[in-house]
Amino acid sequence: MSETSTRQRWLATLARASRSEIEVLASRLGHVPSHEILKAPETGTVMVEGRAGGAGRRFNLGEATVTRCVVRLADGAMGFSYALGRDGRKARLAAVIDGLLQTEAESGPLHGGIAELAARQEAARELASRKAAATKVDFFTMVRGE
Amino acid sequence: MYVAVKGGEAAILATHDLVAEARRGNEAVPELAVAQIREQMGLACARVMNEGSLYDPDLAALALKQSQGDAIEAAFLMRAYRTTLPRFGSSEPVDTAKMAIRRRVSATFKDLPGGQVLGPTYDYTHRLFDFALMDEASAPAAPNGARPSAQPLDASMPRVPDILGAEGLMEPETPPEGDPRPFDLTREPVSFPADRDVRLQAMARGDEGFMLGLGYSVQRGYGHSHPFVGEVRVGEVSVEFVPEELGFAVDLGEITLTECQMVNQFAGSKDVPPQFTRGYGLCFGHSERKAMSMSLVDRALKARDFGEATEYPAQQDEFVLYHSDNVEAAGFVEHLKLPHYVDFQGELELIRRIRKEREERLARETQALPEAAE
Repeated sequence: MSETSTRQRWLATLARASRSEIEVLASRLGHVPSHEILKAPETGTVMVEGRAGGAGRRFNLGEATVTRCVVRLADGAMGFSYALGRDGRKARLAAVIDGLLQTEAESGPLHGGIAELAARQEAARELASRKAAATKVDFFTMVRGE
Repeated sequence: MYVAVKGGEAAILATHDLVAEARRGNEAVPELAVAQIREQMGLACARVMNEGSLYDPDLAALALKQSQGDAIEAAFLMRAYRTTLPRFGSSEPVDTAKMAIRRRVSATFKDLPGGQVLGPTYDYTHRLFDFALMDEASAPAAPNGARPSAQPLDASMPRVPDILGAEGLMEPETPPEGDPRPFDLTREPVSFPADRDVRLQAMARGDEGFMLGLGYSVQRGYGHSHPFVGEVRVGEVSVEFVPEELGFAVDLGEITLTECQMVNQFAGSKDVPPQFTRGYGLCFGHSERKAMSMSLVDRALKARDFGEATEYPAQQDEFVLYHSDNVEAAGFVEHLKLPHYVDFQGELELIRRIRKEREERLARETQALPEAAE
């Protein structure tokens, strides 16, 4: 897996995590390391695009709130956070964690925490899918006229 | 004519206090929390997000609380807030084929790959009151949760029109040359005839009731159509965005979407054999009625493309697009209650003059009559 796609994966996990989950993850560090804020947490929007018929011409469906933050750690690593919603505190912590993950050994506490979060998110998705599967229709055909 | 009039400040401040009191209602009843509205009035929040054209369930819940549940007032609050935010850019187009399905039904195929998944729906309820919901004391501490099946749904749930498309029976939906950026009606003025991207954006933020009425008019004969629900699907879809400074797509999280693919009767030409035609609806949240209505009107608005007559409202883009936005419509209808004292003074003077002239004319005619009789 390329470095980019690994990073994309943890950014997706962080974006889906709640603020309290990210606070728990950050608490694994003991303290939040010093960092410079390059772009303070800022809430804006992203225009969500769809495609006509699902695969055709692009169109603007409507906007969604997004909060972003960029930090620089003492070692020079830049940490980013982009996620739906308006949580500035979550954005700042997630950006710091993104910066740290880039240099942390794979066996490190943050990588471990991200793996746990990702597993929990996957389990929630699977449970939702199994609940939907319980409402799947089993058709049977009635034979008439016998 | 507008003339500045001063006064009314004290009355306006007092009405702010009074509306706050009216909103709160009886203080002996516990106040609603925004999170309760978000979790327990999710379909109302979805409507506010669609018509406010902003996906944020917390803000939609706050808007409903602040507006005492008035959906249009709530959409107005969302629109007003949106104008205060910078826009970071546009997402990658969402891929509904990869939706994490919670509901997916087709009226055209019984046995479709992935199956018919009813999901959470009121369709098969009896519409009888559940008085247990009213009696909080007797309600069980935890409701009987949904029982999950042993297996999740199939990983792949193909969109139904794509199945018919494989046989060439379906009007294809492919991006135009170069996959152009869509028009944005929040940034540029709309002109007519409006292209499909403009129409779809306008309908996605259009009033659900208006879209439903127009969709219904199509079914009742005001627009030639013979629609089938190819598919309705509801579930979660990832939103991806490429920040300039990163240069790769970042997954921002998931939003809930409802998609409707309406299959309609045929069109063809000398060069193209007859094919089913299609209408498309896509909405924020679980918003089936809206997505279905939108897909009916989307098909009706294609009339010109298929060389059909455009004699009915649902087939006329200018009519649909200029009247579907409930914030604009409410603004223009409701502005009538604001002071028009000077305009009306002018009208009063005019009608008094007309009446006076009429009386004078009648008086002259009565005087003239005896002479005519001689």
